[in-house]
Amino acid sequence: MELERAIVLGASAIGAGLAMIAGIGPGIGEGYAVGKSCEAIARQPEAKGDVTRTMFIGCAIAESTGIYGFVVALILLFGNPFINKIAG
Amino acid sequence: MNGPKVVFKIPIFGGINISETLVIGWFVIAFITVVILWLTHDMKKVPETKKQVVAEMLVNTVNNLIKDNLGPKHMIYAPYIAALFSLSICGSLVSLIGLRSMTADINVTMGWALICFVMITYNKFKYNGFLGYFKGYTEPVVFMTPLNIISEVATPLSMGFRHFGNIAGGMVITSLLYAALGTLTKVLGLSLSFGGYDFNIFTVGIPAVLSIYFDLFSGFMQAFIFIMLTMANVGGAIPEEQQ
Repeated sequence: MELERAIVLGASAIGAGLAMIAGIGPGIGEGYAVGKSCEAIARQPEAKGDVTRTMFIGCAIAESTGIYGFVVALILLFGNPFINKIAG
Repeated sequence: MNGPKVVFKIPIFGGINISETLVIGWFVIAFITVVILWLTHDMKKVPETKKQVVAEMLVNTVNNLIKDNLGPKHMIYAPYIAALFSLSICGSLVSLIGLRSMTADINVTMGWALICFVMITYNKFKYNGFLGYFKGYTEPVVFMTPLNIISEVATPLSMGFRHFGNIAGGMVITSLLYAALGTLTKVLGLSLSFGGYDFNIFTVGIPAVLSIYFDLFSGFMQAFIFIMLTMANVGGAIPEEQQ
């Protein structure tokens, strides 16, 4: 019983860490997007307001897959559904 | 980080739990109602007071957004979008006062996403007919049907999770930061204790700088993204000629 609980808890912790690998994607994608928007501002400085606003909106949408991984990690750490299944 | 606490139980139907989210939601609704009543009190046909100019500016902003995304024939959605935006931004910003954000509860954001899903489905039924709705899943090629179904379900799910994840993630990071700064103060011996409450000097000021990003910026961006996605998805369900 203790061994099963230990295995489930340990595997959940490893799973939570693996889920956060999803943070690489938005980091690369948003960095690329910001670089492109810097180029756009350099080409046409009058469009700074529009470019910046569009960049923020695009970054908030691109962030969402990283947030999915974060939600999985949160569920595993704080609302683990597997712990109750082994009690029976 | 904990879930919302149960504040009280209504003793009918076997006890309905009223959680923190609902009570704080009531405060937010009361606050927005008071602000709106104050803004629209004593209006004249030609605006003389600054608050009437502000009220008209807000209404014009929302109306222009609806006109751009849904077309002038669907202005009926304007009050819903305005209400959703004000609920979302005020629900996220209560964390500045120390209360738990209303939108840090998955039920709230998923409820709004479910309403958006119902609106999309209703518009698809209205403009394509009953059979046309199901036929829409087989476009452009028949074997894309499972992918189309998945993308249809994933749209409101992703909206709900995006909003919840950003706000709840900010809450987790802020509470971890408070705990870390409190422990640092106690280790250095600078913590003062009154009764059951500790006053840690390092927790004053430093989390406020981070809350500019996590509370103000993130709350506003997520509310804005949520309404833009709602309008874009409902606008996608309405064919071009009807907009």
